Parts: sequence; structure tokens; C-alpha cells
Amino acid sequence: MSEIHLAVALDGAGGHPVAWRETGARPAELFTARYWAGVVAEAEAGLLDFVTLDDALALQSASPGAQDERTDQVRGRLDAVLTAARVAPLTGRIGLVPGVTTTHTEPFHVSKAVATLDHVSRGRAGLDVQVSGLPYEERHFGRRPVPLQEDELHEEAADHVEAVRRLWDSWEDDAEIRDVATGRFVDRDKLHYIDFEGRHFSVRGPSITPRPPQGQPVVTARATDSAAYGLIARAADIGFLPSRDTAGTRAAVTAVRQLRESAGPGGRPLHLFGELTVFLDEDAAAAADRLGRLDALAGDPYEGGGAPVFTGTPAQLADLLQEHREAGLSGFRLRPGVIAHDLPAITRTLVPELRRRGLFRREYEADTLRGLLGLDRPASRYAVSALRAS
Amino acid sequence: MSRKALKQIHLAAHFPGVNNTTVWSDPAAGSHIDFDSFVHFARTAERAKFDFLFLAEGLRLREQGGQIYDLDVVGRPDTFTVLAALAAVTDRLGLTGTINSTFNEPYEVARQFASLDHLSEGRAAWNVVTSWDAFTGENFRRGGFLPREDRYTRAREFLATANELFDSWERGAVVADAPSGRFLRDGRAGAFAHRGPHFDIGGRFNVPRSPQGRPVIFQAGDSDEGREFAAASADAIFGRYGTLDEGRAFYADVKRRLAAYDRTHDQLKILPAATFVLGDTDAEAHEAAYEVRRLQVSGQTAIKYLEHVWNRDLSGYDPDGPLPDVDPLPGENTIALGRASVRQFRDPLETARRWRALAEAKNLSIRELVISTTSEQTFIGSPGTVAEAIDTLVQADAADGFILVPHITPGGLDVFADTVVPLLQERGVFRTDYEGTTLRDHLGLADPGGEPAREAAAS
Repeated sequence: MSEIHLAVALDGAGGHPVAWRETGARPAELFTARYWAGVVAEAEAGLLDFVTLDDALALQSASPGAQDERTDQVRGRLDAVLTAARVAPLTGRIGLVPGVTTTHTEPFHVSKAVATLDHVSRGRAGLDVQVSGLPYEERHFGRRPVPLQEDELHEEAADHVEAVRRLWDSWEDDAEIRDVATGRFVDRDKLHYIDFEGRHFSVRGPSITPRPPQGQPVVTARATDSAAYGLIARAADIGFLPSRDTAGTRAAVTAVRQLRESAGPGGRPLHLFGELTVFLDEDAAAAADRLGRLDALAGDPYEGGGAPVFTGTPAQLADLLQEHREAGLSGFRLRPGVIAHDLPAITRTLVPELRRRGLFRREYEADTLRGLLGLDRPASRYAVSALRAS
Repeated sequence: MSRKALKQIHLAAHFPGVNNTTVWSDPAAGSHIDFDSFVHFARTAERAKFDFLFLAEGLRLREQGGQIYDLDVVGRPDTFTVLAALAAVTDRLGLTGTINSTFNEPYEVARQFASLDHLSEGRAAWNVVTSWDAFTGENFRRGGFLPREDRYTRAREFLATANELFDSWERGAVVADAPSGRFLRDGRAGAFAHRGPHFDIGGRFNVPRSPQGRPVIFQAGDSDEGREFAAASADAIFGRYGTLDEGRAFYADVKRRLAAYDRTHDQLKILPAATFVLGDTDAEAHEAAYEVRRLQVSGQTAIKYLEHVWNRDLSGYDPDGPLPDVDPLPGENTIALGRASVRQFRDPLETARRWRALAEAKNLSIRELVISTTSEQTFIGSPGTVAEAIDTLVQADAADGFILVPHITPGGLDVFADTVVPLLQERGVFRTDYEGTTLRDHLGLADPGGEPAREAAAS
């Protein structure tokens, strides 16, 4: 039986709004490198495939369409790409996948930032694509009077990723030649204009940053409902789908795979990961009680932030992952309800449990994130087309 | 006898970039992309107790005659990402990044600098540069470019807007008190509203106030507008004048402008870029410097460089022969695209005339002329000679210090750190250890004003 891939989604003190008040949460350190280094080191000690770092170009808010003025929840977060870069030299094997809002950013900047994250981490970078249709977030940029419609947002995000991917390919791997005899540092025939033209923008290229170690860093995207299936199908290497039950998951997997066939990049492999928010304790009742206590403190029941909520023991979660995997998932992204509690529960109890069942690695078997995920390093599309032309 | 206290020198290190002064053909030259190169360079600068490391930026590969320029180092990593990673392998070194105000948006850039300042515990600095060209604009979705005359108005408004964002969180706004359940002191933390010709934005900034309050601000332009912008808004100038007379004139001019903005002499540091070649003796250093210049300026490089001014194809000319007998083509420079240096030649006809006169008077070939205009090293000599020259310039108010640009990546700074720095320390003009933890501490800059008025009102 093949192994399960495991990632964790990191955000502040954890998914639950009052996670920051739990023992060990260190809420005063959320804006320090020390905190993030410690959290990612814990994930790496569990040999997880990668961490994602949630991000947004707006302050967190509990109100759906407006910025709230609450003082009882975590507000503020550091830039995810910079946080990933800050921890990269302190880690060795785990993948680092920062969230980037494609709605308000420049593909050129994003492409070189993630390529550089791949250079500084020696092949462990990814990019978690996020879209935003929030009017108050749009106001931080003042670029468009009205936010894009949801389908346009996803289409724009897919275009953004396409431009980013072309920029990653725009330097062939051996473009730098340092040919002293002719005085040429690069072979300019191996640098390519990408000439991306989409409905919302165009980008000329080439990148200013040489091709990253993985060639193409790993692109992930999340669907909390079917609206983002097309984005995953067109643009992602990994799609995150809410893992509610086997039947629902199977339907989602089928829908995304069909879109991939018809609209997506045919031959490129696509991982689909189930997504769950988890509260783990050695005793199932204790986990449920803990969530109940946190909900009472927060004043509202926690819905999981778009990912179904699991409470129970690590062995029960292992059972569930095994079962849901039958629906066509190759891995899971777990959102720790409380990072201080549930991340160590994942790394120190769930992981050993999966290992006992022969479902999880005993050591890192590759140096790059693509390697961990069993994805080949792609050739530059331009090198390939140059080869065909000759 | 009373002695005037010696002025303390500021030193910084510029990672060698994409220009002909970076020698890539030397066997000692390493990668300008691998993170190991940045680690080596940064650790050398920190070992030498330098104020900061400096990174330039480029947003489009340079072209000449319609083709990507291939004779110099081409390509570089992303500024923010490299600096954030370097924060993990250094403790005190300031981290200065050049970020363009034309092809970015204030909310995103302010957030990146505030994040870098948090992640480095107060070591971030921003070299604000401007641009206007459509050539670079082709890489950006928001596109386009600015009318040239608007670039400083946008830069000024960009920086003012970023400062409003930095100041939108009070110090101590994050309470994070678990027992009481109070995370924020004020539910409106980060609120901002800015309305101007270039930016009409408002909402909530999402990074709490960083250790330095605001990053240290650098400015690099030399035009009258650039000098005024620096006097009004910058903490330091990345300058161009490394000689006694030019340096003193620039220094006096810029510092004079401070008064109009209610700022004191020591609130703006003048730090010219400087190159160096060292040897055991002065004679050896001069010999080495000659070799370095020949490596920096090949015959091809000399012709290409001349084309920047002449704005036309000069490939038919002999680099070892006299300067072209034709005049520069008038109008917008279209042969060399994406080069900052092109903008220095505001009057190509005048530049060509001056260079012809210089070449004739000194009997210089094209290559020799280009060597004399592009790669005259600022400091050449034994470590003792160079230490003395640096000290002399600083004590004479030609500069407050220097941003050193070695010609070899990444080991070019090592010999300076090992030989010149100890001599400056012996002279009592350079620190033997860091006295503070933030870049503001190193530069002797006060905390920025600009704490929001409502904090003063609230306290």
C-alpha cells in the first residue's frame, strides 16, 4: 500500500479563533522569526511533506464582508513568502509553501520571489494560490473600483500562475555559460520572452531570476467548494479539497479530474489532498471537550474555516485518512486547531500511528519537495520547443 | 591639548551586481545566485562589523541593439526573499533592499518591509528608487509606466503612504493577554486612509508596528529632484561621489537642504559607493588594479559601453583605435534598454565632446577611455594607504562612510575585512563591536517620529 502525503496548514496560533489563549501558544511571539522557526522545525521533526503558511493582504476578520473591530482574536500576520524564506536556512528537508494572493500581486514579482525561495531552500519551495474578492481588501490597492466576479477571480488566478510558470521556464537550465573565450556570461538563445497575453494582463519576460532548482516549484490551490475546481485543474500540482466523507470526496475528485482532462495541462500529474481541521487527544472525549471549551470561550461554534472539523484520537484520524484516501486522494493537509497542541499531536502520535500501518515515511527520501511528492523535475517548455524546432 | 572627537566611519557592503565592474571570468568568482554566496558575503560583512548589506534590483534583463545583453553577469534573485533568508544566518547586520516605487503598490511593499523588520529584529532598510520606462513596464500587469516627470511625485507619495501604514499600528498595540482574552488594545489598529494623485486607498494595515517603527530609508538619485527627495525623506543617501572635491561639494549641498525640512545634519548619512583594490604594497595594488580594469573592460565591453552614449551601432569600430568620428544619434536612447547608466548621460553630444577631448589630450583608445570613465577604482593601495584614504575623506566631510562594492562574488570583501578594518579600528574611527541591535542603532539614527497622534492623545 502506498504511503500518504501529509502537510499542515499554519496560521497564527492555529485554526480556532481562541487558539492563541491555549497553554503553550506564545501569542506575543506570533510576529517573530523564533515562533515560526519553532513551528516549522516541529513539522520537519515529524517528516511531513510540507507546511503551508496562510496569508492575506488584509487583516483577519470574523465578519464575512467587512473588517471587524474585535480585540479578542489574533489580528495581524507577517508576509508568508518572507516568513518561509526566514525559516528556509534553519530547515533541511521540509517543503515551504507560502500563501500568495494572486488577485492583487504582480506575477513577475511573485515568480522571482518563489524562484528565490526555491534557491535559498535548495528546492523546497511552493506557492499556495489564494484569491480575494473582498471589497475591503480591494480598497487596500484601489486598483479596480469593483472586485472581480468569482469566476473571473479564478480565471485571473489561473492566468497569474501561467505567467509565473512561464517565467520559471524562461531561463533554460544551462543558460549561464560563463564562456571566457567569447566573453559571454549567458547564452541569450536560452533566455526566452514569455509573451503572456491574458484577459486581465500581459507580461513580456524573461524573468530576471535564473530557473529555480526544482524547475517548477510546487503550486497548490484550495477549493472550499466547486468554484475553485477549474483553478486547480488548470493551474495546480496539488489541490486541497474539503474531506467531508468518502462519497462527497469521490465526487469532488472526479469533477476536478474531468476538468483537468478537458481544460488542464494534460500530462502534468495532479495530487489531490483532503483537508481537515483537527483536534487530537489520546482520548476522543477529551478532544471533543477541548473543542467545546474553546467554542465556549470564543462564544461561537468553530466551523473549521472551510475544512471539516475532526475531533478524536490519532488512531481514529488514521482510520479516517485511510478510508477517505479510497476516494482518490494521495494525501492530506491538516489544519491544527491549536498549533501548540495539535501540531505535536500530529508529528508525535499520528505520524507514528501511520508509520505502524506502513503508511508514512521513516526518513526523508528526497532533497526536494517535488522529490518527496514523487513529481519529476520538468524540463523548461522553451528548451523542449527549441529541441523540437531543431 | 583638546582633541576634536574623531568622526566615526560607516561601512557597508554591496553584493556585486550586473555591470561590467563585476568580474565573472576570474577563477575566484563564484555564483551570484546560490544562497551560499550571499551567506559568505553577509557573514564577512558582519564579521567586519559593517552597518549593512546592500542589494540592488533589476526588473528587466538589459538589452542592447534589440538583444539581451550577454557580456556581464545576467540575472539576480528577488531582493526581499534573499534578505529574509539572510536574517536567519546573521544577527546584527542591516539588510538593505532596493525596491522600485513605480512597479509596486504601497500596501504590499510596506507589508514586506514591516515583515522583514520583524523577521530580522529591526535590521530592515529600503532604498527607494524610481523608474518610468515602458520597457520595464512590459513585465507588469498594472502596467505601463509613468510620465518621466511624475516619477518623483509618485515616489514621494508612495513613501508617504508607506509611512502612514507603518505608523497605523501603535507600539504596544498587541497585548496578547491570554487570561483576559485581549489580543489587541484597540479594535481599530492599523486603520488608514490615504487620498492623493497617485494613491486613493484605505482600510486596515495587517502588520503590527515593527522593531524599528519604520525601515531605514535610502535614496540613490543624484538629480536636483533626487537630492531634494533625500533631504526631505531619507535617512541615508547611496551616493556616487567618492573623491575629495566632488564628495565635499555633494555632501555640503545635500546637508544644506536639510534645514528646510526641519532636520539636523546627522539625520541624513552620505554613503557613496566605493570600489577598492588592495595589495601588500601600493605598487602591487596598482599593478593588480590595472589587471582588474582589463578584465572589467574587454574590447567588446568598451564598444557596447560607448553605444550607450552614441545611441547607435558602433560594432564596426576598433576598441583599440580612436573614438568614433560620428556624433551620437539624437532623441530617446533606443539602443541600450534597461540600463540605469544610460540615464546618467543627460546630454550625449556634450558627453561625446568631453570624451573626445579627454581621449585626444591623453591619447586614449576607446577601451582606455572606457576604462578611465567606468572602472577607476576608488581606493587602490596597501591596507594602510586605503585605511588612511577612507579616514581622510570621512574626516573632511566628503562622506559619512562608504558602501563597498567588491569586484569578485562572493569573496571580494574578505581581504578588506581582514586587513583594512583592523587598521580603521586602530585609528579609533570604526567600531570594534556592534553597540546596538538595530540598523538605526548602527547608523546613529533616532527612532522615527510619526508615532500616531492618537497614541499621544490616548496616553
